Amino acid sequence: MVQGLTGREGSFHGVRNRDYGTQVVAGVTPGKGGQEVEGIPIFDTVAEAVAEAGANTTMVFVPARFATDAVYEGIDAGVHTVICIAEGLPAHEMLRVYNYIRPKGVTMLGPNCPGALSPGKANVGIIPAEIFREGSVGLVSRSGTLTYQIGHELTQLGLGNSTIVGIGGDPVVGSSFIDVLTEFEADDETEIVVMVGEIGGAEEEKAAAFIQAEMSKPVVAYIAGFTAPPGKTMGHAGAIISGTSGTAQAKKEALEACGVRVGTTPTEVAQLAAEVAGVRN
Amino acid sequence: MDLYEYQGKELFRRFGIAVSEGRLVTSPEEARTAAQELGGQVVVKAQVLTGGRGKAGGIKLAEGPEDAEQHARDILGLDIRGHVVRKLWIEAASEIEREYYLSLTFDRGEKKALFMFTKEGGVDIEEVAAERPEALAKLHVDPLEGFQAYQARRLIYGAGIEDEGEQKQIAKLAARLYTAFVECDAMLCEVNPLIVTPSGEVKALDSKFTVDDNALYKHPDIAEMRDLDAYPPEERAAREKDVTYVKLDGEVGVLGNGAGLVMSTLDVVALAGGQPANFCDLGGGGDAEGVVDALEIISADPQVKSILFNIFGGITRCDEVARGILQALERLTIEEPIVVRLDGTNAEEGRALLKEAAPPNLHVEPTMLDAARRAVELAP
Repeated sequence: MVQGLTGREGSFHGVRNRDYGTQVVAGVTPGKGGQEVEGIPIFDTVAEAVAEAGANTTMVFVPARFATDAVYEGIDAGVHTVICIAEGLPAHEMLRVYNYIRPKGVTMLGPNCPGALSPGKANVGIIPAEIFREGSVGLVSRSGTLTYQIGHELTQLGLGNSTIVGIGGDPVVGSSFIDVLTEFEADDETEIVVMVGEIGGAEEEKAAAFIQAEMSKPVVAYIAGFTAPPGKTMGHAGAIISGTSGTAQAKKEALEACGVRVGTTPTEVAQLAAEVAGVRN
Repeated sequence: MDLYEYQGKELFRRFGIAVSEGRLVTSPEEARTAAQELGGQVVVKAQVLTGGRGKAGGIKLAEGPEDAEQHARDILGLDIRGHVVRKLWIEAASEIEREYYLSLTFDRGEKKALFMFTKEGGVDIEEVAAERPEALAKLHVDPLEGFQAYQARRLIYGAGIEDEGEQKQIAKLAARLYTAFVECDAMLCEVNPLIVTPSGEVKALDSKFTVDDNALYKHPDIAEMRDLDAYPPEERAAREKDVTYVKLDGEVGVLGNGAGLVMSTLDVVALAGGQPANFCDLGGGGDAEGVVDALEIISADPQVKSILFNIFGGITRCDEVARGILQALERLTIEEPIVVRLDGTNAEEGRALLKEAAPPNLHVEPTMLDAARRAVELAP
């Protein structure tokens, strides 16, 4: 289901996802119930979309000011997976959403994320599927276009992806690197993982310890923002060095200390992945 | 958005947190008048969006109006860590018996608000945390539960506050600080020092207040507090045109689409031996008009010697970006070489458009790495 399917971007990507093979069974726009977008029925509420069309996942495409409400509406209607493409949600609102959904076991990607793509299977979000091909590399990232860049580099080296997951660039997002790494570790189709982090927060450092302690599959990493000055928000609301914490250098060192190799450019991290894949094949 | 001390104190006052009376002034004469009105000793405090004001000579005690005027003359125009002092806060001087530290931060890792409280105020909190962690009371607040009275007690007992009058005032103040933090969508509220006067009154002697940019639409009164003069001219122009731009110190202007890709591009420029002049994200749409606006801002920076476009089209269409570049070259005078790398959605159409128009200072490169190297070469 797409919340905001009647909007310009919502309809463009919702229909694209459907054409890729994802079952897009409903759209929700209050006041537009009964209409349809290229054959996809629109409902006034998420509850109706769940009851009548059987939706179990929602993609939130509404403007930031209405996104928190949309997310709560989805969860309260029983949806268990939320992909929030919307960006610019107030951090305090997301703090409450996070603490609300975790005990319920709801999976959420974003806000400010490009969604998830399993090449050849399904696409929920805005990731341009044509860049990626099927394969065994799991890719998890806080950024959209940087993920496409690295996916493109992997493709050129003959590597494909099992699943690409964008967790989002906001200070508080629904899923952490560790959540996604756990899924990749359990996923039979994933053999290697590429993790793409950036400045701000400490999720990469936590992931480093997790990789060392819990993961049997090899992980290589890339961190963006070595040249970012402290105290400046670099595009993503979450990409900010606060005082001395959250620097790219600290993240790189934490990862390397846990045995994770870190590429200095997108090209190099793809080469590292290829090296690991070569050893394994 | 970071607020000045006087703005943070204004918000504190609204939420019932005790602060001293003061006046905002911009000239020595006004400082004199303010001191007269306030009476007695006053403190002349530089208003800048950075720390270390005291050490830099930006805070001075004045005996009276004449003294205040003299200090104001000395402090106005002072450069404190790259911030020029244009405003002063003249405040009635407080007698200080004890100095504490109280703060609330947005703990991204724990996904909760974090209180920190210690009797060792007026010093660097990171130092206290590292050297004497037992002196620092820390406490997380669940955003759905809110701040409860027992948590205030834990802070007070944890930090070792024994005086009953202080305990009561601090408990109330902490609850009010939490309310201010949540209701203003703050990312940080710091009171350092929180003082106790000889008569036992507890009040906030300083304020550090940061508000979430993404929540400013809910707080038009706070949004208005933004002081555009505190930003470099390029950033000011970018804000007016709604371009995401951060000024840096180098000579290679950088534009890309998506925050992560642009950060990565800056790093690659540095690896190629150059220094990026800015961060500039065209964002998701990246229409031709947006490209023209961004190019105008980047090329206005006199330090820029070459400009690097790194576009990976997803939602953004490369042909649209190419049109924007060509339009910008028609409308603006840009003499610096422009290096363009286009990949992804409609990249071939975009490259064809650039090739056809072939402006003399335009260079098209096949990969991100090649483009970065070229841009660095062309920025002597």
